[in-house]
Amino acid sequence: MLAETMTVVYERPETLLPVVSHYCPGCSHGIIHRLVAEVIDELGVREQTIGVASVGCSVFSYNYLDYDFAQAPHGRAPAMATGIKRYRPNHVVFTYQGDGDLASIGAAEIIHAAARGENITVIFVNNAVFGMTGGQMAPTTLPHMKTTSSPQGRDVATMGFPIRVSEMLATLDGPAYIVRRAVSDPATINRTKKAIRTAFQAQLHGLGFSMVEILAACPINWDMQPEDALQHIKNAMIPYYPLGDYKVIDAVKALA
Amino acid sequence: MNRELWEGNQAIAEAAVRGGLEAYFGYPITPQTELLEYLSKRMPELGRAFVQAESELAAINMVYGAATAGARTMTSSSSPGVSLMQEGLSYIAGSEVPCVIVDMMRGGPGLGNISPGQADYNQLVRGGGHGDYHSLVLAPSTIQEAVTLTYNAFDLAEKYRGIVVIAADGNIGQMMEPVVMPPMRQIGHADRGWELSGAAGRPRRIISSIGLDPEVMERINARLQARYREIEANEVRFAERQTEDADLLVVAFGSAARIAQTAIREARARGIRVGLFRPITLWPFPYQRLAELAQRIPRLLVVEMNAGQMLNDVRLAVGPQAVVSFYGRTGGQVPMPEEILAQIGGMAPTPSTNGARAIALL
Repeated sequence: MLAETMTVVYERPETLLPVVSHYCPGCSHGIIHRLVAEVIDELGVREQTIGVASVGCSVFSYNYLDYDFAQAPHGRAPAMATGIKRYRPNHVVFTYQGDGDLASIGAAEIIHAAARGENITVIFVNNAVFGMTGGQMAPTTLPHMKTTSSPQGRDVATMGFPIRVSEMLATLDGPAYIVRRAVSDPATINRTKKAIRTAFQAQLHGLGFSMVEILAACPINWDMQPEDALQHIKNAMIPYYPLGDYKVIDAVKALA
Repeated sequence: MNRELWEGNQAIAEAAVRGGLEAYFGYPITPQTELLEYLSKRMPELGRAFVQAESELAAINMVYGAATAGARTMTSSSSPGVSLMQEGLSYIAGSEVPCVIVDMMRGGPGLGNISPGQADYNQLVRGGGHGDYHSLVLAPSTIQEAVTLTYNAFDLAEKYRGIVVIAADGNIGQMMEPVVMPPMRQIGHADRGWELSGAAGRPRRIISSIGLDPEVMERINARLQARYREIEANEVRFAERQTEDADLLVVAFGSAARIAQTAIREARARGIRVGLFRPITLWPFPYQRLAELAQRIPRLLVVEMNAGQMLNDVRLAVGPQAVVSFYGRTGGQVPMPEEILAQIGGMAPTPSTNGARAIALL
């Protein structure tokens, strides 16, 4: 009798593959992968989706996400996605990029994909550090933050200032939807999922370039416990990278 | 079939369109810019994809993306731009997807100049980017030949799931010649079994050049090498002129071969029996045929618009028994027929170590 009254309240999204994670304990990629999978499942577009993985920890995002996938050279995912989308305009094309990939070596490609209003979706995971190579300074590393290549902390006098990518891209006329979210607690995670959904919907409606920047934890390279890393997003990351909607064109607002 | 006057860059662009080009991505650089300009009008009017990219890096990665999605895709550039593309080309080779690249070579190194050159030979023929890979490199010496090679390049790229390079130079790109254009091919194709088209009714596909496990990566390399051996067995192309009675063989490719041909005609008028061997595939290089010819004609003059890059392949082909001379112009300088003629004459009296008979003097 008990079985009849039980309902499923939480399960693995259909397009998130049941495999062992290679990500470090406390890493945010797992959560963000899941959010992407939930949104693709809910929109029912798995069979028309093509992902472009980047170089960095998420190089293996296709091991978890059950879609056709290409894997781009470092930083070039928006260019590859452009090539795919221009040839297959009715497919859902997204890139999944970290901050080293997108804001450093791939700065030109992301700016121009945005400026063209390329009808793709970019999932931009910003954890302020090069994760895969072991925690070097990224363009997004906070001032004074210690990394393996800024061992005394990022000195802005010689190492420059962090780049606020969402604000920068929002100055362009091309993008349809640019927001910054975080995955530091259930409330921010829910808001992130909504933003990912809006970004993909914008693409499905042909409205142009959409990007969700997500402030994420990298406890191993931040040298923090996972819980402390989540607090660090709130206490250090969000003050420098305010959450918010940086560009939402009217046609995207009308989707809601 | 009508003969029409075409500029080289535009002729190659139209040949690519007629050969089934579905997606073009490029960046302006002299002396190939007319190719990009032509397609900026031609592709949209046919409803096909055209993007002027922000850089050659982006252009080659757009090509990479379109190639993974199954498009007949192409980019074009000139030497410094092709240098920038080497990253993408290595990934494309490692991912085993087809594409076509046009290189209208110019004078280098560095920014060099916009005059014709052939100094990308090593970059194009040896791979160019990191890792063990080859592109199939085709070197036209006339605009008609450039048209024919480009028209058929997509089939070759798809047959071998790799890169085909049209290696020409500013001469070919910017001069005008009468051309017979091939007919327009239908575009569209059945699923090739590997392309990314959305995992509808089939397991998803992944196109990547990664192989973290060295055992896996070595297997990928073995597959690539097996394919290169297949290309070497099937695709070697060359042209020979007046080699039957020749005492001296000029070896040259592309527009240098045409200039050499003029010099050869003049030499023959003066009684010197000179032949021409012109590799059409720079890779795979026609080692075997050149070795056979060198058995009979062991005196060779290599002429290039570089400091001697194909020269090394010629030496590999003919071995130490043959006498090999070289004449090259660099930095965007184009050799005149008289210069080559003087070289032909200058080769004749040198005593040979292998008993070859002396050829007539100028």
